[in-house]
Amino acid sequence: MNINASLFLQALVFAVLVLVTWKFIWPPLMATLDERAKRISDGLTAADRAKHDLELAEKRAAEELRKAKAQASEIIAQAEKRATQIVDEAKDAARVEGDRLIAGAKSEVDQQVHHAKEELRQQVSALAVAGAEKILRKEIDAARHADLLATLKAEL
Amino acid sequence: MSAEHHAPANATEYIQHHLLNLRANPALDPVDPSNIHLDTFWISLVLGFVFLFVFGMVARRASVDKPSKFQLFIELIIELVDSNVKEIFHGKSKLVAPLALTVFVWVVLMNAMDFLPVDLLPKIAAMFGVEYLKVVPTADINQGLAMSLSVVLLSVLLGIQAKGLVGFVVEFFTAPFHAEGLLMKIILIPVNGAMQCIEYGSRGLSLALRLVGNMFAGELVFMLIALLGMGWTGANPGSILGALGQVVAGSAWAIFHILIVILQAYIFMMLTIVYCGLAVEEH
Repeated sequence: MNINASLFLQALVFAVLVLVTWKFIWPPLMATLDERAKRISDGLTAADRAKHDLELAEKRAAEELRKAKAQASEIIAQAEKRATQIVDEAKDAARVEGDRLIAGAKSEVDQQVHHAKEELRQQVSALAVAGAEKILRKEIDAARHADLLATLKAEL
Repeated sequence: MSAEHHAPANATEYIQHHLLNLRANPALDPVDPSNIHLDTFWISLVLGFVFLFVFGMVARRASVDKPSKFQLFIELIIELVDSNVKEIFHGKSKLVAPLALTVFVWVVLMNAMDFLPVDLLPKIAAMFGVEYLKVVPTADINQGLAMSLSVVLLSVLLGIQAKGLVGFVVEFFTAPFHAEGLLMKIILIPVNGAMQCIEYGSRGLSLALRLVGNMFAGELVFMLIALLGMGWTGANPGSILGALGQVVAGSAWAIFHILIVILQAYIFMMLTIVYCGLAVEEH
């Protein structure tokens, strides 16, 4: 237990060790640790942000889906409406066309009837004349009764 | 020198021989203050370089992404020191953490020299004509005081840096006893000054003596245990019992000593940080 000049020598060694540690060993090791701590905290922050982003994206996707569904049902409703409208229009057109056809047919029938009547009338008068002629040829002079026949013809 | 060297004749001589350092000038009286302990110097220097080399290599190759296991082990020590410094020392100085790291690792290494068989290095040295060798530098009061006084001196410098020379001197004479009036302050100046001197002195002394005392005592116990097997006189019951006792007691003490080695280094480091922290704190 004797104190001597070694005290100063050891203090010198100590000082040198501390200085070297201070200048060359501590800073790089601390920088490494700080850098790693920074990276870890950055990574955690990024993970948090990614999670948040994912939540937002999911919310947005759900919103979009909801909108699309609404739009689709709207489109379907419109299409149905349009379909019934088209069907109604077709029905109307068909009815009008049918009416038109019926009317045309009716007028043709009328015409035919009229025509037949006319023909019949001609034939009746001819028949009447022929009958009368046959009667009158037996007993009456045709020439004498000509104006009477004309009057009769006009009355038919 | 080797001609003068002879094996110790008895237990007392053995212990006394082991308690002497290798002095630079053996002709001088063992307690002459101008002497230098060469064993303390060289062993502490080599261990200091081991510390610098290992930590320097790790610092040079330190990888952020893929640290090796050894790098992680070193980082563990760094984190231990750094967290303690951040917790205790609130000054601006960037010197305290490296100082604490140096203290811790260097003291652990020097203390760990105790684990070498107590006679191994001295015997090898004796073959080369070195008469005395104490292998544990921290068991040398010079080593302990060199570190503790450096720490106390540094804490004073840190205090001056943090408070300015005037602030430091004012505090030196106005704390720990505070007074309200100017007269009382003047009266308390010598008391406070004396208290501060005692405080700084006791810090330096206690820091050194705690470490050196523990390591010195530990080494002494190793020597006493070594004496058990030294009484070997042949294959008789007494000698065999002594040899067995040396093995059992030596192992037990070495295992227990692991705790002391780490603990003393840790305490030295913590007190270093605490003293530096106290120096920059306002009272």
